[in-house]
Amino acid sequence: MDLIFEKSVEGKRGFLNPKSDVDVRAEMPSSYKRQKECHLPEVSELDVVRHFTNLSKRNFSVDSNFYPLGSCTMKYNPKFTEDLARLCGFTHLHPLLPQLKQGEKLVQGALGVLYEMDRWLCEITGMDSFTMQPLAGAHGELTGVMMMAAYHKSKGNKKKYIVVPDSSHGTNPATAAIAGYEIVCVPSDKNGVMDLSRLQEKITDEMAGFMLTCPNTHGIFNSNIDKITEMVHAVDGIMYYDGANLNAIMGRFRPGDVGFDVMHVNLHKTFATPHGGGGPGAGPVGVKEKLIPYLPISRVVRKEDGTYSLNYDYPDSIGYIASFYGNFGVILRAYAYLLLLGKEGLKEASNHAVLNANYIKERLKKHFALPYDHICMHEVVLSAATQAKSGVHAIDIAKFLIDKGIHPPTVYFPLTVQEAIMIEPTETESKQTLDHFIQAMVEADELSVTEPSAFKDLPKTMPISRPDETKAARDIDTNYFAEKPC
Amino acid sequence: MEHYGSQYLDLLSLDEHVPLVVWRSIIKGEEIMEVEDHLLYTKDHEWVNVEENVATIGITDYAQSSLGDITYIELPPADDEVEQFGNFASIESVKAASDIFSPMSGRVIEVNENLEADPALINKSCYHKGWIAKIEICDMDEASNLMTADEYRSFLESVG
Amino acid sequence: MASYIGNTQKDVQDMLKVIGVKSIDDLFQDIKPRHASQSFDLPAGKSEFEVVECFRRLASQNAAHLIPFIGGGYYDHYIPAAVDAIISRAEFYTAYTPYQPECSQGTLQALYEFQSSICTLTGMEVANASLYDGGTALYEAAMMALRLTNRKKVLLDGGVSPIYRKILKSYTGNLHYEFQETSVAHGQSHRQEMEELLDENTAAVILQNPNFFGAIDDHSDIIKKAHELGVLAIESVYPIALGLIKTPGEMGADIVTGEGQSLGLPLNFGGPYLGFMATRKEFIRKMPGRIVGQTVDQEGRRCFVNTLQAREQHIRREKATSNICTNMSLCALQAVIYMSLLGKEGFKELAQLNLDKAEFARRMMERIKGVEVIRSSQTFNEFTVRLSKDASGVVEAMIGKGFAAGFPLGRYYKGMDNYMIVAVTEKRTKEEILRYVESLDEVLNKSNHCSSNRKEHVAS
Repeated sequence: MDLIFEKSVEGKRGFLNPKSDVDVRAEMPSSYKRQKECHLPEVSELDVVRHFTNLSKRNFSVDSNFYPLGSCTMKYNPKFTEDLARLCGFTHLHPLLPQLKQGEKLVQGALGVLYEMDRWLCEITGMDSFTMQPLAGAHGELTGVMMMAAYHKSKGNKKKYIVVPDSSHGTNPATAAIAGYEIVCVPSDKNGVMDLSRLQEKITDEMAGFMLTCPNTHGIFNSNIDKITEMVHAVDGIMYYDGANLNAIMGRFRPGDVGFDVMHVNLHKTFATPHGGGGPGAGPVGVKEKLIPYLPISRVVRKEDGTYSLNYDYPDSIGYIASFYGNFGVILRAYAYLLLLGKEGLKEASNHAVLNANYIKERLKKHFALPYDHICMHEVVLSAATQAKSGVHAIDIAKFLIDKGIHPPTVYFPLTVQEAIMIEPTETESKQTLDHFIQAMVEADELSVTEPSAFKDLPKTMPISRPDETKAARDIDTNYFAEKPC
Repeated sequence: MEHYGSQYLDLLSLDEHVPLVVWRSIIKGEEIMEVEDHLLYTKDHEWVNVEENVATIGITDYAQSSLGDITYIELPPADDEVEQFGNFASIESVKAASDIFSPMSGRVIEVNENLEADPALINKSCYHKGWIAKIEICDMDEASNLMTADEYRSFLESVG
Repeated sequence: MASYIGNTQKDVQDMLKVIGVKSIDDLFQDIKPRHASQSFDLPAGKSEFEVVECFRRLASQNAAHLIPFIGGGYYDHYIPAAVDAIISRAEFYTAYTPYQPECSQGTLQALYEFQSSICTLTGMEVANASLYDGGTALYEAAMMALRLTNRKKVLLDGGVSPIYRKILKSYTGNLHYEFQETSVAHGQSHRQEMEELLDENTAAVILQNPNFFGAIDDHSDIIKKAHELGVLAIESVYPIALGLIKTPGEMGADIVTGEGQSLGLPLNFGGPYLGFMATRKEFIRKMPGRIVGQTVDQEGRRCFVNTLQAREQHIRREKATSNICTNMSLCALQAVIYMSLLGKEGFKELAQLNLDKAEFARRMMERIKGVEVIRSSQTFNEFTVRLSKDASGVVEAMIGKGFAAGFPLGRYYKGMDNYMIVAVTEKRTKEEILRYVESLDEVLNKSNHCSSNRKEHVAS
């Protein structure tokens, strides 16, 4: 498809600014003035609308396709939350208003949402306090690790590293680096669960903390979780819970009850806010009592008279981690979702998420290798190792599914499973959709036996076939205007 | 093979990071890796050809095959002083990036400038046209810290 | 079905039978009683209608009706309806990160167009597909410069947003880097101080244009000095101003970042916003964030992929220093739609309109007793004024008159209690500006706001 710039025709306008109603025409002095032309396109409003509408048709999305992308919780995004997030009482609100004298009075509704969201998340997770500021899951993780470092610093603990299981989402080494730590890995045992004796080897006085997701990335719940927290707390380590898999356990298990000290929650996963093609998300971070002093500022507090205010006076805080109060528009949607579902709805969501994953596992284990044959939580990891022997790899099966109108599951993750295919159906999909998916997977398996070479040119029904990624990395073209002076 | 990594790596960039070694064990498969008899090798899969006091350095067939299509190489500056097993260049493929370590200490006297325009030379001819740099060796004894071709073959089997 | 569950009761029974368990509870058998939730005391669910009512009530408790003359890096610009219409297409907003390029060309091409638009706007060669917000983008730029130069010191202009400076401080507290702040001279960057502090240990100098006081600067001379010492120049910019003012590219900047909220995103009480970053082509491999590249498919057709994913910050563990870099796809989409609608001419006009309205407001304000408009340097759509009274009190009083009158500088700058910054965008009408000026006059000069109390107007 042509680029918007290639549709540009001199003199076309997509939007008319209002005519100036002031009789002043100010002149920017030439020394400060832009010299080179800015090559934004000259197109009509219809050109723009048609261009992007046609682009949108080149995407798979939850609203148009089953999207069982493991570890991403692609559940249905309710429509009413979109309306609510667009109320002008929220969208027109300037973030600096509460920083004015008596300004908090101007944003009571917004502060109320932040405060209530904190309360809800605490009750769901068993934590004592949340910050809404982190702008995505990875940002939440960074915030959590920064608090971990601040805790050890204030206690005079000499800590050097953070331990992660090899099956986990792990952590970004850069996150650890910002806190001044290194990462150490613990392997899983043959059941895909972390090996306790190997963990014990890694636990020394220099361990700052342990990062765990539970259920783990193989979709398995670790029933030794209380032993692990004991071992980690024995060296004053911090237990970090990666909330990526929260959708499995609502109403059943709370990280805060079994000794986790800090965790992040992905609102764009568990609480149904749209993923937006890769952002914006939100990654609130919750902590137990002992880490509260280190939470970022500002914090929303409820005063005795029932009104809300922002407090900045926390000397031990890690400080500002984002410009304002978090991705407020995302938090709003998640809050509306929570209010609608309530206690029973949240529990039901986890129930069906787990039911759906187990159903897929049972139906497909005859056709695909199942590395860990055990009841799974909200996602299941299969392997295309058998199919790979005839040259059909996980990525080929992914491309086959695209032609069936299904967004492929996550492939090649977790790393501990060869040819991994990680499927997370979510609770909003029905048995009928799952059956359609299962049917497609079975067909892929059959085709891998009868005609393995058929996979090489898939997908065939999309606007493009497989792209040349090597060319993209060698002949770098990331800017349409690169050759022209701009 | 070139399709494997990117999707997975992309996921990495969100939340998680795993060292290159893990990658290698996944993608190596069962291909036979070439090892040339007259060269010395490191555990990081670099080779070195010592001729008088000049060492020519490159990466092995195993390394290039693990990385896949190489897209970029960052060469060391001339006259750079390098230490044995110290980082002196870096290399990128579609799916991974990796540091290259110098098998011996010395001063960089020449780099293979052809690689800048055509990094794929390393894939096509890792032991010949795809050499990376030449250094003037400062301590010949360091060669004893390196593996012979046979030792490297057994090493590959052990990591394979 | 309040929790958007897809299965019927019969489906559930059929599925349990396939799985071989009696009830859903059996699926949770690994969660031992000792691990079970100790509490789950939440309210019962509500109907959609009830939640909507609740939200209307919450929204009404916010003073969104105030006429904003407040900016500080976040501005009230008009957003054409087509922006929201397009981003409301579920094919965009309910998709995820484009892991599978064949079924994500829509998002990928839009991001390529976003990158290209940012490049032409800033005058730079390459841009990424977005970062969280302007503040975290600036932090990423500082880390990128530290990586590129292998040096330890960063020079920070006092005119850089105090919010951004606080973010930089939080993130670098545990790292062994030194941040030196320079002061502001007549509203602009302090040349002499900078020259004294720039040295061969400096990785980067961080500048902002227009700066927090609204002053426009031509940083070419500072950047030239910096380059002589191998120091990189980072410029944080306000994208709307770039329709008119000298671009960072024209000044020779090495890394450009900015807050993209003004490019079609509502104020939204602080987010989601949009960070952007652009740089020179030679630095592309050190740039954090996703990058979309153009390539071809098996049939040679143009297509787009996430590229350069193997860059060092993703893989090489011990060297990794960047990490808060996922992107804001939907916000980047908003921005590229906005820029496309405005177009080449519209964007220039918009910038001129902002400049004109602000100039009109300044002239009107100069007529009021107790207001001194600081004119020591050129400004765009935001400017600094000194009041005869404490600015925070004046702004508080102005709220009663329906205005968010500006942002008092005393909160972030010592000794500037009587100063505030005032922003005037294209949305402020002549009538609003006149009413604003009149109200300000009342607040400053009690009830005496007749012409006798006005200073003689000195038109500039």
